Amino acid sequence: MTNTIADIETADVILITGSNTTENHPVLSSFVKRAVAFKGTRLIVVDPRRIKMAGFAHQWIRQNLGTDVAWINGLMHVIIKEDLHDKAFVESRTQGFEELQKTVEKYTPEYVEEITGIPAQSIIDVARIYAKAEAASILYCMGITQQTSGTDNVKSLANLAMLCGNMGIPGGGVNPLRGQNNVQGACDMGGLPDVFSGYQKVVDLGSRQKMETAWGVSDLPDQPGLKVTQMLPKAHDGEFKALYIIGENPLVSDPDLNHAEKCLDNLDFMVVQDIFMTETAQKADVVLPSSCYAEKDGTFSNTERRVNRIRKAVDAPGEALADWEIICKISERMGYSMNYADSQAIFEEISQVTPSYGGITYSRLEAQSLHWPCPAPEHPGTPILHTEQFPIGKGIFHSIDFREPAETADEEYPLLLTTGRVLYQYHTGTMTMKTQGLNDRAPDCFVEISANDSAKYNLDEGALVEIASRRGEIAARIHISDKAVDGTIFIPFHYAQAAANRLTHAALDPVAKIPEYKVCAVKVSLAAA
Amino acid sequence: MDAINNIIINGNSFTFNTGDTILEVARQNDIDIPTLCYLKAVTPTGACRMCIVEAEGTDKLMAACTTPASDKMVILTESPRVIDARREILEMLLSSGNHNCAISSSVDDDWTAFQLKVQKDDGSDQLCPVWGDCRLQDLAYRYQVTGKLPESDVSIDPVEQVNPFIVRDFSRCILCGRCVQACNEVQVNNAIQFGYKGSTTKIITPGDKPLKDSNCVFCGECIQVCPVGALVEKDARYEVRQWETAKVKTTCPYCGVGCQLYLHVQDNQVVKITGAEESPPNYGSLCVKGRFGFDFINSPERLTTPLIKENGEFRKASWDEATELVASKFTEIKAAHGSDSIGVLTSARISNEENYLTNKFTRAVLKTNNIDHCARL
Repeated sequence: MTNTIADIETADVILITGSNTTENHPVLSSFVKRAVAFKGTRLIVVDPRRIKMAGFAHQWIRQNLGTDVAWINGLMHVIIKEDLHDKAFVESRTQGFEELQKTVEKYTPEYVEEITGIPAQSIIDVARIYAKAEAASILYCMGITQQTSGTDNVKSLANLAMLCGNMGIPGGGVNPLRGQNNVQGACDMGGLPDVFSGYQKVVDLGSRQKMETAWGVSDLPDQPGLKVTQMLPKAHDGEFKALYIIGENPLVSDPDLNHAEKCLDNLDFMVVQDIFMTETAQKADVVLPSSCYAEKDGTFSNTERRVNRIRKAVDAPGEALADWEIICKISERMGYSMNYADSQAIFEEISQVTPSYGGITYSRLEAQSLHWPCPAPEHPGTPILHTEQFPIGKGIFHSIDFREPAETADEEYPLLLTTGRVLYQYHTGTMTMKTQGLNDRAPDCFVEISANDSAKYNLDEGALVEIASRRGEIAARIHISDKAVDGTIFIPFHYAQAAANRLTHAALDPVAKIPEYKVCAVKVSLAAA
Repeated sequence: MDAINNIIINGNSFTFNTGDTILEVARQNDIDIPTLCYLKAVTPTGACRMCIVEAEGTDKLMAACTTPASDKMVILTESPRVIDARREILEMLLSSGNHNCAISSSVDDDWTAFQLKVQKDDGSDQLCPVWGDCRLQDLAYRYQVTGKLPESDVSIDPVEQVNPFIVRDFSRCILCGRCVQACNEVQVNNAIQFGYKGSTTKIITPGDKPLKDSNCVFCGECIQVCPVGALVEKDARYEVRQWETAKVKTTCPYCGVGCQLYLHVQDNQVVKITGAEESPPNYGSLCVKGRFGFDFINSPERLTTPLIKENGEFRKASWDEATELVASKFTEIKAAHGSDSIGVLTSARISNEENYLTNKFTRAVLKTNNIDHCARL
């Protein structure tokens, strides 16, 4: 997030898109709900489902799946045409405005209505509400990113925020809501193929030399590696031989599972390090037992770049070890010694080689958590990014055209499927499904469908149906809901026994290589008795 | 610029900002005015009157949580009048329900009869489930109130146990309204309200249905703010006693909000979780997963030893054997097919320190940049 969670309550307008906030980020959603209920904040929700947050919104608009670039361009078209943009900000802080203006020229409200299904007048209304706000905050989540146009969608939201001067100010910003406790930290710490910790690029000689000195090695690889969604196809082709998987369950969470399973089967050697015997661990050659968050010290970085401590409360079961201890053991045996007394010693090394964490220490975190960038011991941390300038200087408007999603509905597969989570379960369920109460509340997979579609396809509440895409099929029970809009069904992806990802499409965004979980074409029919 | 405001509390002079309540000024200056219904960050109601103070030159006692401080005000927070009034309130509250914490006189025959009745209501031979962790009990002790026994049957509503997480015990509810404010003004889930009137007043969902059939999403904020034993975690009720647990502050392992929470630990097990009210970003709020979804930690399905697959079956192995196998396989594959034939999926679930070391191991030891995690998935 460019801004903080607390900062959401200071916005005049909040635009939420592609985030089912009350179910996926419940505590954060209460900041939004309080702002709307008690502080006069206006809320716009753009989402293909009539999610709970839509009930709090002044305006809920419903876009066709995979058409986000179009409605965002439509808003910018209206804002520029009505001269509502922040000219001072555009002039002093950005570049590329003229091209953006040209690109959005054709996205008239009428044209946008054709693509997105959003009434032209709603586009105009929402554009005005957003642009006239003193400070408007954009919150988004995987509904925006998990598409073949994911990168374009995010850049488009950034365009919108810059156009209205909503960057670097309290109550503004472009705020992705991170779905996992330390997904921010995994990115910050170099858990990506192209960067070391602190986003220092592997192609940059200076960065490599710095790490080589710090680590006492030579010849660090200088080309970006493979993203997860590229590793699996290479395994399928036989180029890729071994995989070391830590705390992930791709055999439930990956797109097009049937294919993913074949890819993993084709590996020569697979190690899985986890707290449970997951679907993925069952395929491994070696399984290493690790400790969970309650059994070790360390830090997590949250969605607002706040570095928080975790502390050991109980002992790990049996011989399970902290993930860092296991890595040290393997490294030692491969001839590279890693000696750390504890997690604090590792953190001290992180601070030394990672400028954005340079001023963070355990002793400072004892007093209060800190937002990176925090480059020096006396630096207070940075709750709001980009207040003076962007890291690259001026912010660049990316002129982006709408592209169709990889798959659209047709005669054979007439419905569109979108996937996500429910409040009571988490990701592949390895943790939440151990709590009976959570299972009582959300026991099984279901197919959320509109009343009209259920009537059209003659499917009663609770009916067991087969849902099929071009890649696979699963069975689940029908749940008729007013959250669903005609033509689109929703299935949660938590449940291994009816894994929604057997249906989803592995088509990737060309830049981020993120799969299009949020759009694919399916058909639904009564299961054979 | 505002004129300087001065207030005198218990003989000491303090400055304050216009609009501050007497309670806020007192807390800013470490003066303890006891509260019961007051809930930080929401509109004070003044309902319980526990925070009453005496203002010199007036007859009335006023609630410190709702009365704005004013210039030249002279306040006494523990005057004999104030103390008498607080004792009266506490006595009334203690007498209003099944408050069997033995704070009352324990020699009276009636008391024994009362205990037996409560034990029957509770279906338990233990004292109140929040004994030792109760604001009302603390205040009764502080003001040495022995309480009277309830005059009649205190509650006609049976205990609600039909959901997996929250036990609602109306016989111990003092109608302070904190849960209603937490639900409507903090979490904004709008599941509960004051219902009925007069002596039958009760905290209800619309239609007085059980929580499981209401808008309730089981965030448990109501339990966190309940000052008595009316709302208690189902699994912890009677099982977990505050004096037998240690609290460890940490960060929630679920979504990316990073809520700060306390693990309550007993016999090397996490038995309860509460939100850390003093810390951002959540200031005590949690969701149903963060508050109740901790059984996985102590699950019998946890992996406890390294496993090596042989002929399609896993067998137990020592750390030495397992790590030696992993190291030799990686070394062998690296030599035969090159570093880039190996990849590592690090995790959004593990710590920064662990992710950093995985990054170091992948690049410096395996000598590949093939490292990624599930940010995309």
